Amino acid sequence: MEFLPTLWFVAIAALWIGYLLLEGFDLGVGMHMLVSARTEKQRRLMLNSIGPVWDGNEVWLITAGAATFAAFPLWYASLFSTLYIPLTLTLLALIFRAVAIEYRGKGDSDRWRAWWDRALGIGSFVTAFGVGAMLTLTTTGLPIDANGDRVGGPFAWLNGYAILGGLAVIGFCLVHGAVFLSLKTLGPVRDRSRAFVVRWAPVALLPIVGWVLAVQLASGTVITWGLVVLAVAAVVYGWVAARAGREGRAFAGIAAFLVLGAASIFAAAFPVVIPSTIDSAFDLTVTNASSGEYTLGVMSVVTAIGLPLVLLYQGYTYWVFRRRLAETHLPDAHTVLPAVASR
Amino acid sequence: MDPLEIARWQFGITTVYHFVMVPLTLGLGPLVAIMQTMWVRTANEKYLRMTKFWGKLYLINFIIGVATGLVQEFQFGMAWSEYSRFVGDVFGAPLAMEGLLAFFFESTFLGLWIFGWGRLPKKVHLAALWIAVAGSIASAFFIIVANSWMQHPVGVELIDGRPVMTDIWAVLTNNTALTAYSHTIMGALAVGAGFLVGISWYQLWQRRRDGIDTVDARGRVVVGERLDIPGRDRVDHSVWIRSLRIGAVVAIIGFGGVALTGDLQAKLMFEQQPLKMAAAEAACQDGTSFSVLSIGNLGAQNCNEVAGIIEIPGILSFLAHGDFTTEIKGVNTLIPEYQALYGTNLPDNPLYGERAGQEINYLPIMEVTYWGFRLMIGFGMLAAGFAVLTLWLTRKGTVPRSKLMMWTALTSIMAPFAANIAGWVFTEMGRQPFVVAPNPTPGGVDGVFMFTAAAVSPGVTGEEIVFSLAAFAVVYAVILVFELKLLVKYVRGGVASAMPELAHPGHDDDPDKPDDPDKRDVLAFAY
Ligand code: HDD
Ligand code: HEM
Ligand code: HEM
Repeated sequence: MEFLPTLWFVAIAALWIGYLLLEGFDLGVGMHMLVSARTEKQRRLMLNSIGPVWDGNEVWLITAGAATFAAFPLWYASLFSTLYIPLTLTLLALIFRAVAIEYRGKGDSDRWRAWWDRALGIGSFVTAFGVGAMLTLTTTGLPIDANGDRVGGPFAWLNGYAILGGLAVIGFCLVHGAVFLSLKTLGPVRDRSRAFVVRWAPVALLPIVGWVLAVQLASGTVITWGLVVLAVAAVVYGWVAARAGREGRAFAGIAAFLVLGAASIFAAAFPVVIPSTIDSAFDLTVTNASSGEYTLGVMSVVTAIGLPLVLLYQGYTYWVFRRRLAETHLPDAHTVLPAVASR
Repeated sequence: MDPLEIARWQFGITTVYHFVMVPLTLGLGPLVAIMQTMWVRTANEKYLRMTKFWGKLYLINFIIGVATGLVQEFQFGMAWSEYSRFVGDVFGAPLAMEGLLAFFFESTFLGLWIFGWGRLPKKVHLAALWIAVAGSIASAFFIIVANSWMQHPVGVELIDGRPVMTDIWAVLTNNTALTAYSHTIMGALAVGAGFLVGISWYQLWQRRRDGIDTVDARGRVVVGERLDIPGRDRVDHSVWIRSLRIGAVVAIIGFGGVALTGDLQAKLMFEQQPLKMAAAEAACQDGTSFSVLSIGNLGAQNCNEVAGIIEIPGILSFLAHGDFTTEIKGVNTLIPEYQALYGTNLPDNPLYGERAGQEINYLPIMEVTYWGFRLMIGFGMLAAGFAVLTLWLTRKGTVPRSKLMMWTALTSIMAPFAANIAGWVFTEMGRQPFVVAPNPTPGGVDGVFMFTAAAVSPGVTGEEIVFSLAAFAVVYAVILVFELKLLVKYVRGGVASAMPELAHPGHDDDPDKPDDPDKRDVLAFAY
């Protein structure tokens, strides 16, 4: 096993886990704004709980994509071209989401806000589904030929695992988002979010457990099963903490669950990055899909400098905005009128 | 349906669209940061208002840049998988650096800035904006490095038919990248500056139309105020006149910078992609003249039907070599050279699909290169000329009452955008038929080039790309409408649209004096 490709496999896994961990609650909050919020103030409260950080969180996705390109061009090329349609939909969803967050408060009518709420909620839903399906399929297999190209038409990727993975990330985001809201807000939003976690987490997290088991049963090792056990312990801890009203601990529990669970998946899949469902001789692996040693070396140096900085200043941002938000903290929405003499 | 053609249209459309938002972000960002710096240093209310107003427009535009940038990041893998496999070893690195070393800074610190009003100490808050702006400027660098590698591949060796990076420093200091980068940043400043001029003009014009500002017998402005209109006080006038003058000066600087760096770029291109430049000049025969106007069939495959109408002898040589006499090779000389070096027909390789074995047309579409080049320069000159005129016309402190002039000023905002678009279309289409152009300069590695025809994803069907192209086109059109709608709304609202406290005098929520205990907890900004 070569060292640098292995290191970069770990780095890419870490970027995806970072993405799910951070944007996971943004996506969850987006969905909750559509389904759980009851009043305009509650929706604004939810939105502002992620306001300062969501864009920084999304960069984890961009960097995960770009780092895959740099370190494993063949993985990048095969995965994204094979999943052409679902990725197109995911990108459209991400566009709507981003624009909705910035633009929803800039219109004056309820209709304007209601439409952007839909864009945000559905955009978050589709993004979670798309990312989940993509990550699952890269661990369970895609119909690729010797060159890494898709065989069998635009929907050849579509199978039970795609759906399972999509639902897994949606379920996770809903729970993670609710835990986040219960930790970051005051008032009815906090109470209702906690109640959501207590009531729905056991159901919503089932698909992600299904994905973990599917990968483990196919290629698990003692170590990866060990990670699974720890992940289960973490989520039980988180759920019990949520019941007890310990929101910080609940958040830690769910976060640890994601990190351990996803790590168990990536570790079990290693060293294959995309199994071919046509012939395992066509599998893309960390060695046959990676860039040259020099490129990986350069990228390692850049990451060794860049990533700690990112963690540092993103951590700082969370610290600056650490306070819980209440509805009373929100300034009144104001209407924008033309600065002209009325004639 | 031919996936290649559709994929090219899709790449062109999505990238050009992204590059409508990008130069405004790149150009306006530093200007807003300078305004806020002035405010922190002088505590002058005018600069606070400028920061808030232009900052608001900056954010309305920024988000569309982010939304469309996401597509950019993924579409190489989606539609251009062969390209990604071929170049990944080199090309992915700057993209990943852009994420790690630029986008993270940009978006994290911008979040801090947006929500940090009144929450962070003033200087820290200002630093957050500067870091975010530096992030955008750094992101432009890395992406241009990637793009320039396609124009002029350096720092690689060919191993098993693929370029493998051997020297990151050579990639990062590619002379093509350094010139294209400075050129693009200058072009972006021209965009930001033109935006300031047009909108400030409109505001000053409105103040005159509403009778707030008048002029005395010698034509000097007499500043007034109307307390019944939100924000229309005396300070308001200085906000706009100051923005207008900053804009006009920066526009001129931007154009000067663009001309200087563009000249450097042209000199490089004559060496690196001689056929692109010959096509940009519609120069069929060898010669020294720069064409001001050529007619004839620019679209023809060979170059026998083009006739120069107005030509300036010597200028082309000057553009290329800095003297007036060296002959520049024309298209008819270059094409056989290219054929000898890179083949007359596409290889018989399944990657090329139906195109395998076809004859290669090395001549880029001449209408596009010829006019793209001239439109870029022409629109830039228009914008710079208008900036000079603006400085002259507003020397007495306000703008003329003419409605036509006001509309001209507003329309002039588009000129630098158009120049940018024309420049990219010229650069990118002039590179055809290569997606990675060969490097003919000494030290260039033989064989590191790729025809666009081989770059598209073999597994993806034309129907899929038609679907995505249609979807992106529709969604982009819709969000453009929303962006314009909001920009117009906030522009019409003047400073009060970004500072509600001006619209409701008396209820003072200046974030920097939180002495009212009820107000202390309220965020200065919230979505
Ligand atoms: C406001 C925008 C603007 C203006 C006024 C100009 N340009 Fe430009 N130009 C660009 C914006 C731009 C651009 C969009 O930024 C491009 C596209 C790719 C690039 O690097 O910059 C470009 C490309 C570009 C190229 C092609 C480089 C290549 O193929 O890589 C050349 C030779 C020039 N420019 C030269 C000029 C000259 C001599 C100008 C005269 C004054 C000029 N440009 C004005
Ligand atoms: C942001 C400014 C850019 C603009 C406006 C732009 C514009 C275009 C256009 C118009 C085409 C179509 C050319 C044709 O089909 O003949 C194209 C092609 C392409 N460009 Fe760019 N481009 C930009 C930047 C980049 C960058 C930064 C990269 C790489 C990092 C890039 C990579 C490509 C690729 C891979 C193609 C392939 C398709 C083809 O050549 O037809 N472009 N671009
Ligand atoms: C085709 C190649 C390109 C790719 C893959 C790309 C990728 C991206 C991505 C993913 C974003 C969103 C970042 C965020 O969320 O903060 C973005 C925004 C941005 N890009 Fe591009 N980009 C391309 C072309 C360019 C070019 C040519 C420039 C500059 C000359 C540029 C400059 C920027 C800047 C300054 C932003 C910040 C947001 C904004 O502009 O509004 N990009 N780009």
